[in-house]
Amino acid sequence: MMAALFPLLSVLHPVLAVPTIDRLVFAVCAVIVLSGALGVVLSSNPVYAALSLVLTLFGVAVLFVEEDAQFLAAVQVVVYAGAIVVLFLFVIMLLGVDRQESMRSERLPAQRPLALLLGLAALGELLALSRLTHWSTGPRGASGAPATGGGGNTAALARSIFTTYLLPFELTSLLLIIAVLAAVVLARRPGQHPIEPPALVETDDSNLPMPGPDPDEEIDGVRNVDAESIGFGGGRGPQ
Amino acid sequence: MTLSGNWFLALAAVLFSIGAVGLLIRRNVLVMFMCVELMLNAVNLTFVTFSKMLDDINGQSLVFFVLVVAAAEVVVGLGIIVSIFRRRPDATADDLNMLKG
Amino acid sequence: MIHTLLLATQVLHAPHVDYVAILPELILIGGALLLMLGSSLSSSRPAPGTWSGFTVVVAAASIGASWYLWDQVSRHGPQETVHNAVAVDGFSTLFLILIGVALLLGSLVADGYLRREGLDGPEFYVLAMLSGAGGMFMSVANDLIVVFLGLETLSIALYVLAGYHTRRKESSEAAIKYFVLGAFSSAIFLYGIALVYGATGSTNLVSIATYLSQNVIVTNGILLAGIAMLIVGLGFKVAAAPFHNWSPDVYQGSPTPVTGYMAAVAKAAGFAGLLRVLFSAFGSMRTDWQPVIVVLAALTLVVGAVGAMVQTDVKRLLAYSSINHAGFVLVGLAAATTAGISGSLYYLFTYTFVVIGSFGVVSVVGRHGDGRHQLEDYRGLARRNPFLAAVFALLLLAQSGVPFTTGFLAKFYVISSAVQARSYPLAILSILTAVVGAYYYLRLIFIMYSSPAGEAEAVAVELMITDVAVSTGAGTTLVEEVDEVVVLAETEAGPPELEVPTSTALVLTLTGLFTVAFGLVPGTIVNFAHQATLLVH
Repeated sequence: MMAALFPLLSVLHPVLAVPTIDRLVFAVCAVIVLSGALGVVLSSNPVYAALSLVLTLFGVAVLFVEEDAQFLAAVQVVVYAGAIVVLFLFVIMLLGVDRQESMRSERLPAQRPLALLLGLAALGELLALSRLTHWSTGPRGASGAPATGGGGNTAALARSIFTTYLLPFELTSLLLIIAVLAAVVLARRPGQHPIEPPALVETDDSNLPMPGPDPDEEIDGVRNVDAESIGFGGGRGPQ
Repeated sequence: MTLSGNWFLALAAVLFSIGAVGLLIRRNVLVMFMCVELMLNAVNLTFVTFSKMLDDINGQSLVFFVLVVAAAEVVVGLGIIVSIFRRRPDATADDLNMLKG
Repeated sequence: MIHTLLLATQVLHAPHVDYVAILPELILIGGALLLMLGSSLSSSRPAPGTWSGFTVVVAAASIGASWYLWDQVSRHGPQETVHNAVAVDGFSTLFLILIGVALLLGSLVADGYLRREGLDGPEFYVLAMLSGAGGMFMSVANDLIVVFLGLETLSIALYVLAGYHTRRKESSEAAIKYFVLGAFSSAIFLYGIALVYGATGSTNLVSIATYLSQNVIVTNGILLAGIAMLIVGLGFKVAAAPFHNWSPDVYQGSPTPVTGYMAAVAKAAGFAGLLRVLFSAFGSMRTDWQPVIVVLAALTLVVGAVGAMVQTDVKRLLAYSSINHAGFVLVGLAAATTAGISGSLYYLFTYTFVVIGSFGVVSVVGRHGDGRHQLEDYRGLARRNPFLAAVFALLLLAQSGVPFTTGFLAKFYVISSAVQARSYPLAILSILTAVVGAYYYLRLIFIMYSSPAGEAEAVAVELMITDVAVSTGAGTTLVEEVDEVVVLAETEAGPPELEVPTSTALVLTLTGLFTVAFGLVPGTIVNFAHQATLLVH
């Protein structure tokens, strides 16, 4: 992994050359962010990938502070590192998929170099289009809502969200409802579906009897034992 | 700003590309989700940097929405994974090829 | 303490919210919440069909509200509300009505299916209503972030619906595939928003257009990259080639009524977003994005038509054919004229009925377990259930663009707009793929009408030769035949092998009637689509 970072460091040389504190912070964070990202992509164990993701998230949070987005930096740490990554780790541990993934086996042999090429081409094109220095062309302060209005970052953010982006803010509530409902629908046990009484089932197919546990269900035998106490245990099985 | 925003934007572009390439080359669904998170983080960094460069708070509000979307996506995605893995404990994305591409 | 806090707080001027302008969405959301609350509070299980009946009522109310908005817009002109995040114009009301109709028909089809599979529950309908609200917000959006949130609301609900049949392995796999590629495309779309925001300083579509018209951007590389990413992100959602790879797998694996609903709503909302973003915000940059859309349209047409030819699974066949349809809509979009947009809107509106009806038939033929979707499962369908076969044949003919169906006019308007815009290669390509399309649609029809024995192959080959004749002359007679068969199916009370639930039969009758009636008397819908384009911001 260190070898992969050397070209990166040479790219960052102009930044590193001037030791103002901002540049130092940026350089360190850039290294953290990118090594974390490479860690996610390259580590064969999902647990390591999740922990590398934390590294990237923290790096980005520090960059947020560097750019006067203190509230978002806090949210980044609390929501991303605190909730999302924990959720990832929880699922990894719960499902017991914390074993090595073979990085060799490829269904499509050409896929990896092709993806790499595509990614590099997209990146190169983006950097070329921006000519590295012409990213932002929009008007400064067009909306009349400066990033550091009265009352600090959080108050300015709140004003923006509850005026300009009131409708999107309300829309996020829909997303949360769907997320809750999705968890209920997807994570409940297949056998516990509310099944209609036989008289009401409209089926003409005799080889698939309806009531009772469904025959095409592929849960192994442990499910009746731990269904109440564990809830998720059905899929583990003996390994 | 002492440091030009261009550096932040270039960093975000690199991060986005790493995430995108990772999503395409990895076979483990969980890691693929993490790569999506990398991409979303790159977008967040871009928004915040533009917000700073344009002196416009609205860019930061957009990050807020991305965060909510990311959280909702993770819940649903992990829900789907749980419902699959409960049936087959050792599934990776490669095992999801029963439907012919 | 509180006093000082109040002093420190600046007064927040909340934007004026015109609730009537977002009434169709609010009705759906309110209905979804009511259903969720009601079903969790009631201890007894209601009579079967209650949930879907409720959804139908809510969808109908939403359509009524959309109709009222349409009336208001045509009287008082378009308006913006909630801090200009929402645009209510003819364009958006057309999509509001379309999505409402898709929800209504989709929940009727789902009713029979869910009861047959033992999956009936309020969650399905809640998710369907919320996804419909997401699609509606996408089509009324006047801000990139509203487009994005609408898209996410629609998509995330659809991921769950795709995996709703948790006992079927294919269903969960379709969900995960849809999810991974959906999340990927969302991230690309978001990056596009970020770049456009950086280049123009706003996410509001009208502000972007104003900025672009008042300023000449010297180095607009980032803006172009942003637009490209927006197109790619939405291209994934509407399954335009080369971003179509997910769609056959997902269409095949999802519960069939969900497939129909998804094919109608996700495509409509995706195109609504694409049209709105391209014309409302980047209308002045037409010369930059038009070639991209032309290439996408050509690729999508060819991939859809060629892909559908080799399929043996009916759901995959319909998936590829819907890719082909997306290509036709893109042809109208590529023309970038009023006639082109109006053609695309007409295409989408009529396609909604056709696709939900088609998947309605497939969901019945799939039978318990939702697994019988091979072409062979359709052999002799006409003998087993004449009604199903007749409706399916009619809908397939409409999809292939046979005259006197809505499908013919849809293809006609789109292609003629391409001719008017002098993009002759695209027009010729569309006609060629329509001919190829006739092959696989007619093959399916002849499988349905052939006898179960093996001699059907010869008939099918014979048909290939005469398909041109069918597409020109026999249209009217076939329509009459269909009506006769419908009557026959209702009078013959014998025990059919395939039981068609009443709600599904209602949908099939409605879609069939719509396809024929508005194929014969197209004026209303054509005017509707035409007026919708005139009112675009």
